[in-house]
Amino acid sequence: MNKFVQHSGIVAPLDRANVDTDMIIPKQFLKSIKRSGFGVYLFDDLRYLDEGMADQDCTERPLNPDFVLNQARYTQSSVLLARVNFGCGSSREHAPWALEDFGFKAVIAPSFADIFYNNCFKNGILPVVLSEQIVEHLFTECAAIEGYELSVDLDRQVVVTPSGETFAFEVESFRKHCLINGLDDIDLTLQNLDEIKAYEAKRKAQAPWLFGAIKGN
Amino acid sequence: MAGKTLYDKLFDAHLVRQSDDGSALLYIDLQLLHEVTSPQAFEGLRLAGRKPWRIDANLATPDHNVPTTKRDGGVSKIVDPVSRIQVQTLDDNCDDFGILEFKMNDIRQGIVHVVGPEQGATLPGATVVCGDSHTATHGAFGALAHGIGTSEVEHVLATQCLITRKMKNMLIKIEGDLGLGVTAKDLVLHIIGVLGTAGGTGYAIEFGGSTMAQISMEGRMTICNMAIEAGARVGMVAVDQLTIDYVEGRPFAPKGEAWQQAVSAWADLHSDADAVFDSVVEINAAQIIPQVTWGTSPEMVVAVDAKVPNPANEPDPVKVDGINRALKYMGLAADQLITDIALDRIFIGSCTNSRIEDIRDAAKVAKGRTVATSVKEAIVVPGSGLVKAQAEAEGLDKIFIAAGFEWREPGCSMCLAMNPDKLEPGEHCASTSNRNFEGRQGSGGRTHLVSPAMAAAAAINGTFVDVRTMMEA
Repeated sequence: MNKFVQHSGIVAPLDRANVDTDMIIPKQFLKSIKRSGFGVYLFDDLRYLDEGMADQDCTERPLNPDFVLNQARYTQSSVLLARVNFGCGSSREHAPWALEDFGFKAVIAPSFADIFYNNCFKNGILPVVLSEQIVEHLFTECAAIEGYELSVDLDRQVVVTPSGETFAFEVESFRKHCLINGLDDIDLTLQNLDEIKAYEAKRKAQAPWLFGAIKGN
Repeated sequence: MAGKTLYDKLFDAHLVRQSDDGSALLYIDLQLLHEVTSPQAFEGLRLAGRKPWRIDANLATPDHNVPTTKRDGGVSKIVDPVSRIQVQTLDDNCDDFGILEFKMNDIRQGIVHVVGPEQGATLPGATVVCGDSHTATHGAFGALAHGIGTSEVEHVLATQCLITRKMKNMLIKIEGDLGLGVTAKDLVLHIIGVLGTAGGTGYAIEFGGSTMAQISMEGRMTICNMAIEAGARVGMVAVDQLTIDYVEGRPFAPKGEAWQQAVSAWADLHSDADAVFDSVVEINAAQIIPQVTWGTSPEMVVAVDAKVPNPANEPDPVKVDGINRALKYMGLAADQLITDIALDRIFIGSCTNSRIEDIRDAAKVAKGRTVATSVKEAIVVPGSGLVKAQAEAEGLDKIFIAAGFEWREPGCSMCLAMNPDKLEPGEHCASTSNRNFEGRQGSGGRTHLVSPAMAAAAAINGTFVDVRTMMEA
């Protein structure tokens, strides 16, 4: 997994609440059996004026000039500034895959939906929760200053603005540890092999009906 | 010491390891797999040279992409090449790794959240995961059921465990009788309206109170299914005799002595009387009438006799912005009557409402009536091949066909339009599914979430109508 320690980048403001994962990556693109290549379809319904299709070449598609990521000052952005309940709805991990493939390293919002929040950490993207007041302040600065950049520092757990304002954020220590070191969850879990096996043996004794009923091919 | 909630009991019973920082390793009893969120997980296993930890803890079926029209030709005849590859990939992966799969033309195929309970794979007291946010459905059986991402699908395949952390406990305490023509779907839509789309974030919700005891297993599944639309990954109902009766005799359910042993173990699957919840929300079911969503989030819901909201009456500026955006997208005017909304298409199906009881509810309304000529298409998509067979044995397919509905093959269908069933831009759909997000049922499509009876009534009437006026008392 990609590491995340610290990142500075241009901020794109997405000024709407309750952005759902259907909006982040519409269903037709979920037909891919790959993990990559979703970036060109990120926010497809908002970003293009036509209806996108899976595996489509997007270079000739008509862009929606009103959409934030199509505006010249935001095309190179790597920090997404969003509103409450970002990533709600479907569990599709294609949402963080699309954000990551586009080039986003961090998403800042007052709140996130649980599954999306969790999925970000599995893909080297840092979701940062800051208060509504601070997020509002960042939206204002971002609109006022072209090329507005934020520094997101996971090690110190702070977001730093160009003028040096520093906002602290919380992150669970286990998630932080995994992200900073780019650790693979499966390897980590398998370090507890004996505990899993011991639990499983106990479970099998207590609830034997949960074992062996479904027969594989 | 305070007693435990149902969630506490389920969590504690599956805890392999608890770390000091709150992160926990939870043992998973059952993983359900479908074609959309599993290919990258299987690929990950392959790249790392890993094998599934336990073959017998997995069950697969294709549901999102499968066509609902004739499919005698098998997977190779799926018209959309990208869908075909995805369904074929699930078949190949299950064959390679030895996982049991109900393939597209197996009568047991269907929507994973219909198939699991129907087969008795979903059992009380179990932990159930699936790469699908509607996995909360299985909580109706007193199981702990999570929707997970694809990385976690791979993690569970490889380790039989999920890295998680304990959620907070919320009790939705429902009292009072549901009126005639008011269903579990209306109840859960109302609850989402009360909680809001993020009201359950961070919580495991238990649906309790005296009303839940009266609600069938199908209804309980509908309610738990939509917990995620209030932001909660987990929805649950305590085990009672209805649960036991539903599970008994199903193919993967325990038999004989094991059945007796299981039933006595399941007797404890309820919150203790002195359990403490972090949040309690009280709902009076008797006040609820049929519900219709008007906007682009499930929380944008009103009673069928109400009007579309007026942003001028909303004090919260964020909500005003949301209302204005939704009105524009939905092509509706503030203060317009819900019963004035005309429908282009009707969809009866999805993991929320495609079980036999749902099909019966809709058929009761459709019987002896005709779909309005203004409705372009009305489709009924059973949740599984077995639901379809049961409905046909009861003659329900004939009722629908005589009324002008189409009777389809099982799958997710128009709930999210990954197969050919979808809305055209601007079309309004009365849908028994779970999400009315922009573009969910097709780019530019306008979804109104309702119960199966309300969807059938809208099909007949051409506009929304209070289904209670079409029912015999």
